[in-house]
Amino acid sequence: MAGAGGGGNDVQWCFSQVKGAIDDDVAEADIISTVEFNHSGELLATGDKGGRVVIFQQELESKNQPQCRGEYNVYSTFQSHEPEFDYLKSLEIEEKINKIRWLPQKNAAQFLLSTNDKTIKLWKISERDKRPEGYNLKEEDGRYRDPTTVTTLRVPVFHPMDLMVEASPRRVFANAHTYHINSISVNSDCETYLSADDLRINLWNLEITDRSFNIVDIKPANMEELTEVITAAEFHPNQCNTFVYSSSKGTIRLCDMRASALCDQHSKLFEEPEDPSNRSFFSEIISSISDVKFSHSGRYMMTRDYLTVKIWDLNMESRPVETYQVHEYLRSKLCSLYENDCIFDKFECCWNGNDSVVMTGSYNNFFRMFDRGYRQDVTLEASRESSKPRSVLKPRKVCTGGKRKKDEISVDSLDFNKKILHTAWHPQDNIIAVATTNNLYIFQDRLTSIQ
Amino acid sequence: MDVSAEAKRIMAVSISKLYASRAQRGGMRLHRSLLLSVVMRSARDLYHSACLAKEREELGTAHLVQVTPEEGAMDTTASGEQVEVEVSQVEPESPLTPTIQEPMSSDSDAAQGACKTRTFIGKETVEDKENRSPVSPDRHSRKRRGKASVAPDFLPSKRARLSLELGEERVLRTGRRTCCRAGDAFTTLSLNSNRAIAAF
Repeated sequence: MAGAGGGGNDVQWCFSQVKGAIDDDVAEADIISTVEFNHSGELLATGDKGGRVVIFQQELESKNQPQCRGEYNVYSTFQSHEPEFDYLKSLEIEEKINKIRWLPQKNAAQFLLSTNDKTIKLWKISERDKRPEGYNLKEEDGRYRDPTTVTTLRVPVFHPMDLMVEASPRRVFANAHTYHINSISVNSDCETYLSADDLRINLWNLEITDRSFNIVDIKPANMEELTEVITAAEFHPNQCNTFVYSSSKGTIRLCDMRASALCDQHSKLFEEPEDPSNRSFFSEIISSISDVKFSHSGRYMMTRDYLTVKIWDLNMESRPVETYQVHEYLRSKLCSLYENDCIFDKFECCWNGNDSVVMTGSYNNFFRMFDRGYRQDVTLEASRESSKPRSVLKPRKVCTGGKRKKDEISVDSLDFNKKILHTAWHPQDNIIAVATTNNLYIFQDRLTSIQ
Repeated sequence: MDVSAEAKRIMAVSISKLYASRAQRGGMRLHRSLLLSVVMRSARDLYHSACLAKEREELGTAHLVQVTPEEGAMDTTASGEQVEVEVSQVEPESPLTPTIQEPMSSDSDAAQGACKTRTFIGKETVEDKENRSPVSPDRHSRKRRGKASVAPDFLPSKRARLSLELGEERVLRTGRRTCCRAGDAFTTLSLNSNRAIAAF
């Protein structure tokens, strides 16, 4: 596997596909709110603001083009969540899908968890390509036969039919969260999962919907003393007793469920001392962590705050081992970004399959990759202009001051309405899914997409 | 006074965002409200200290003599108590909740545009002390103790309290009152930013 692309590296990213409407007039319901590959990478799920889940499936590699990885085509679409109304609080509950997490595959069916602000649902996605025919009591169209007309018995037989993909809700985990759910994470034991809202984290058993255990509660006795909230949480990929949660103050707490039933006392606290020279009105906002992700190895974790991506070694709490500037040129613009609400944007981040490269989004439909080994970074753009099949993406550059070179874009020309908040990396291959407001771009590396 | 103008502007923006967030779909977001109130608090603190510095500059020694007796009075009441005085409640148009109405009325004149009398107490670790008005020492006995302070004037005065099985939640009824008053409102508006959080 390879590096971030550009420079002396061997990876060049090419456009593969784009999903979604072309017109600029974006319907709010079509805004993509989460993107997630399954564990094999064969399936790619997206959730949107309208509460829908769309699953794409990678086509099998064709025999003619063994080096060309298959395209992703729509496999299943279903309405996961509907808008609801909380009558007690007179509040509408948004149907927007906040997170999707796949369960590891155990049998022919696929399972995923999807959540909105209040309710988590377990969906089973299964294929049906055979249909039983020859019932004794029913006609072929389903009508019941008159029992008196049945004179012989026969055994129904399965006949092939057109492939049908069915999604059915198998579990609904509701009424456990007072605040808005921001994260779900499936445990490596494949039996339990956690859900986190602003102040609490609950542990569920996938089979049991009427009970959940509260494992973290940071709600103060007096709400006026509240100083921080939980922003993200994730289980360790290998250790089923360990999970982390990040806070709005830029700290990450690692908890061990073996220590006590209620994990309010952290086992480790990861925090970097603040740089006093960078202090401003907005220091606290930009230090709020928007995403936390363990590396596949489980040795490291990555956090995203407004301006940086930080890699932490789980064995060192005092500071991150690596810090990458995503868009440092925005530091002088924080006041305007506060006024137009962009400073509250929650960017996600992701690792590649072998933990050598990390990726995150930015504005102007730019996304950034940081190669940890080669110490290189690249800025790429997801746009319709660079959407010719297999065209290589050209690295972009933001001009931070002084004379603007050709092909550079100045900070003031950046379109802050075009933000990439959600990205995902295939678990094994160099295939990435990048979500702009309402489109999903799929890019592949050149080596394997050339015919 | 660039700093104080900037701080004032940021306060105004924060307040309008907090107010607007109540109308948004899905209800108030705790995280967002917390961040907004943090910014508002920093801006307010900066604005007050800039105000104080300005006042000290302007008034000079004559004022110091005048103020000292009050200062003494306030220092005695200041120590170790969490007396909350929301000076903003004093503004005549805003209907006040019964518990604070009486004590507050005497403060109105003192409070109007009087950041000087309030702020020289300085930044104390307990937030509410900063918001204390210049009052006679016996006033504090009529005030509610503790941090359950009253709402600033831009929020509706009536608050319905609902006890739900999931915990204490407070539902804010949106009133007709407009929230942002220009200019001097900020000098008298002692924002206990935690008000926004207490709404959850």
